[in-house]
Amino acid sequence: MSQLQTFVAGGWGGYALIFAAGMLMTEPWRWMGVRLSRDLHVDSEIFRWVRAVSTAMVAGLVARLVVFPIGQLETVPLSVRLIAFAFGICVYLFIVRNLAMGVISGTACLVAGAILLAT
Amino acid sequence: MSETPPQEPPPAWTIGCSPRRAFFHGLRATPWTPGLILFFAMIGFGALARDAGFSVGQAVFMTVGIFQLPGQVALVDQVARGATLVTVAFAVLLTAIRLLPMTVVLMPYLRGSGLPRGLEYAASHFVAITAWVEGIRRLPPLPQHVRLPFFLGFASLLCSGTVIATVAGYHLAGQLPPALGAALLFLTPIYFVLSLIAAATSLADRLAILFGVVLGPALFLLAPGLDLLATGLIGGTLAYALGRWRRRANPETQA
Repeated sequence: MSQLQTFVAGGWGGYALIFAAGMLMTEPWRWMGVRLSRDLHVDSEIFRWVRAVSTAMVAGLVARLVVFPIGQLETVPLSVRLIAFAFGICVYLFIVRNLAMGVISGTACLVAGAILLAT
Repeated sequence: MSETPPQEPPPAWTIGCSPRRAFFHGLRATPWTPGLILFFAMIGFGALARDAGFSVGQAVFMTVGIFQLPGQVALVDQVARGATLVTVAFAVLLTAIRLLPMTVVLMPYLRGSGLPRGLEYAASHFVAITAWVEGIRRLPPLPQHVRLPFFLGFASLLCSGTVIATVAGYHLAGQLPPALGAALLFLTPIYFVLSLIAAATSLADRLAILFGVVLGPALFLLAPGLDLLATGLIGGTLAYALGRWRRRANPETQA
């Protein structure tokens, strides 16, 4: 266990961590957005760049959760995780452009793969 | 995203509508399909928080206080991997920067309600993928005076739903067969990647997704701790540069 994990397990330390490293890192961006919305353009070059950086970062986080998962997802082989991930995306892109259907098909593929390989 | 909807007269209920009634109209207009996806993704988050060693109260505190799933997942994920306080905070910060342009885009619709300015700041707390997309979609046809309470109406129901989902996911996590437990944890990445694809409007956005997916795991191995930052900066800047180059090369295509 890292120091931080012991801290979280301590109870109040976890709440303090969430406040400091979670809420204080998040809310000011929203407030700044309220202030700046008066005179900033969404089509400006700096916003296009910020948008690309944050998109790449969330995409990286997503891929990391699939390739190096934490928790019970680890019990499913990497190949099944990757196939299910790609399957969900393909269903969304090429079959039905519907978020729910994409999420359900990807997840169903994962469950099917996990059960098939476990037996 | 589609073109601007044709000008239609505002719905009849909005004429002379009080803020309180507009709030309840918003509440009843809560979008079910995106709401359900968010609900399931939050179930996944509850399960993730439990596996990472957080208490159920802490998980709910994250959902209500942070209210943006990528940031919550980054926080939980970093802590579970034994990161330091600074790297945890930094990862959350990076996921939250995108809320700034999102808020800038949404706020013009929420202004001019005649209600206290503080409520605009309160409304900005609900800026996260689901409520933002629905706001952009549903607010424009409504008259200015009902938009803010209407938005607060459906956003607060979405928020309550996420709390229930977090608690449900947290308690389900330990009791499901492994395949279903894994499925809960899989909901978050698949929902995120599809939301990113759905929200992508330019070539730069689409390239950023592609680069991020490839760089994320690679940089996790090469530069653990700095991987999210590096993925965002390298992948995002490259995607932006290519998108800009393409825009300059043929200005007619909006790609």
